[in-house]
Amino acid sequence: MRREGSPWQGVGTVLLKELADHFDSVRMLLLALLMVLAAAVPLYSAIEQLKTTTSEDPFLLLKLFNPGGQTLSVVAILGFVIPVMAIGFGFDAINGEHNRRTLSRILAQPIYRDALLAGKFLAGLIVLAVNLICLWLLVVGLGVLQLGVPPSGDEFTRSLVFLIIAIAYAGAWLGMAMLFSVLFRSPATAALLALGVWLFMTLLWPMISPFIAVLISPPDIRYQLLGILDPQTAVWQQALSRISPYLLFEEAVRTILTPTTPSLGPLLDQIRQLRGEVVGAALPLRESLLIAWPQAVGLIAGAIVLFVATYVAFQRQEVRA
Amino acid sequence: MSEPVVTARGLTKRYGEAVVVDSLDFDIVKGETFGLLGPNGAGKTTTILMMLGLTEVSAGTVKVAGYDPVRRPLEVKRRVGYLPDLVGFYDHMTAVENLTYTARLMGFARNVREVRIADALARVRLSDVAHRAVATFSRGMRQRLGLAELIMKHAEVAILDEPTSGLDPQSTHEFVDMIGELKREGVTVLITSHLLDQVQRLCDRVALFHGGRILTMGTVPELARQVLGAGFVVDVEAAAAPGKELAPRLGAIAGVTTVQQTGEATYRLTADHDVRAEAARAVVAAEGALTRLSVDNPSLDAIYTRFFEKQTMTDREIRDAA
Repeated sequence: MRREGSPWQGVGTVLLKELADHFDSVRMLLLALLMVLAAAVPLYSAIEQLKTTTSEDPFLLLKLFNPGGQTLSVVAILGFVIPVMAIGFGFDAINGEHNRRTLSRILAQPIYRDALLAGKFLAGLIVLAVNLICLWLLVVGLGVLQLGVPPSGDEFTRSLVFLIIAIAYAGAWLGMAMLFSVLFRSPATAALLALGVWLFMTLLWPMISPFIAVLISPPDIRYQLLGILDPQTAVWQQALSRISPYLLFEEAVRTILTPTTPSLGPLLDQIRQLRGEVVGAALPLRESLLIAWPQAVGLIAGAIVLFVATYVAFQRQEVRA
Repeated sequence: MSEPVVTARGLTKRYGEAVVVDSLDFDIVKGETFGLLGPNGAGKTTTILMMLGLTEVSAGTVKVAGYDPVRRPLEVKRRVGYLPDLVGFYDHMTAVENLTYTARLMGFARNVREVRIADALARVRLSDVAHRAVATFSRGMRQRLGLAELIMKHAEVAILDEPTSGLDPQSTHEFVDMIGELKREGVTVLITSHLLDQVQRLCDRVALFHGGRILTMGTVPELARQVLGAGFVVDVEAAAAPGKELAPRLGAIAGVTTVQQTGEATYRLTADHDVRAEAARAVVAAEGALTRLSVDNPSLDAIYTRFFEKQTMTDREIRDAA
């Protein structure tokens, strides 16, 4: 059975209204402030550190985002803050309409439910993208001003790719927040659960997944004696860690932003060493992109899968308050 | 009889095992005002949502304004205005902004939109507060704003779900007048309500709804005859002369079906016509002192109460029998 009319009818209207709401809201202001403040500290320390080594480093701009070593980086901060922002913009998307009792009134207009959901998702994504672009401009601008070295074309492209990956990462979390906003009638429950998943994925999963990998595929005693990782276990470890969007993001961004030490995971590093390649030599952009490709696609796919799940749940939901 | 605007045939909604709406058959004729009455949880809102295509139909068919809401929901929703019970608006937006949003969803061009919104707000007497945030609106004002949305839409069919619940008497009165205006313009109106005298004033026909089924349907006098068995209730207040019983004499009047002694000197007669004159004669003939005589037109309130009393009684009997 084909349905008449376009599912897109009304998306533009919903999108504009939601954007206006977001940009007017205190929530937007607070979340943007949170992001800028959280990023300011690592950015400042990165600039201080880089000032001493300006002449030696070919990738100054990238170092601003991710100085490497043990220092806290803008990227690591973003890995934490982006989910919080995305959850902040998505957790009450649908249940908020329910509770304001506007849902049935809006859906009684000649639009499909698709329009409401898609409009809200796109609006959230655009707001997140605007925030991230602002931050990106801030970092690039500060970098040029403070360090006095204009970025090269290669660096610029890499940082743009980083921006796109960050937006995809935001999209995945936004999708999850909106899924919860459909599943749970109370915004507080949806927000708490979304934050719970966020904590689990970013803090607990990186600690737990290696143990699970060992359980699934116990390392061979010979590798253990040699003190290196069993490749079989390593494969499992990597596969499991990639369930977490945080680790996917981290891996992709690290590959893009650190051309000199592309850590490809313990397994690939070992292989490269065996093949006689020098780990630590700068990779060309194309190679970095190829390596980061699966993770980036994984994030985008995650966002799409979560959106589809939200869509299915919303189509089946009862409208009545 | 003009053509029906809403037709339901065997309309059914099931949630798993539970049957919420059980094979409804009804027609609503163009320009008619139709009242759907029943206790909470009788399935009224579910029926409305099925008519709008907002919830799936389990079995049967429904047609609204010539379209099947299951297959062509947009066509239906373009022609039908829906005012949900306790309608909600975006609090931070003004009345005009709220209406502009829905007008855009309806796909009206800017110039049409502006004219229609101003016109609709004037009709519901909200022009003065058109640019105030809805957060400051009272319950009654919100409800009127909801009605303004239907007026702006130029809806052929207006579906009002408990439109006056939670309103003070003054606002209720105003609101009922506004619905009356809609009706005069030829809009087909479907109302669900608990406020029976309002429904009685507005509705051409009424359906009593219980347990997902329409139990009886018709104009108020028709229902009165069906449910009360008689349309007229006459209250007689008369002191009987010593040694003379009034009740049997009153009962002997032609057309009286029951006599009920409601107090020491008060009697309630139910009859199929106005029996005041005969009652007065009977009292005087028995040398009684007649102090008061009054007649109640059949009220929907009485019908409703009586009907659902009977209903719960039969339900209990069925349960006891089982």
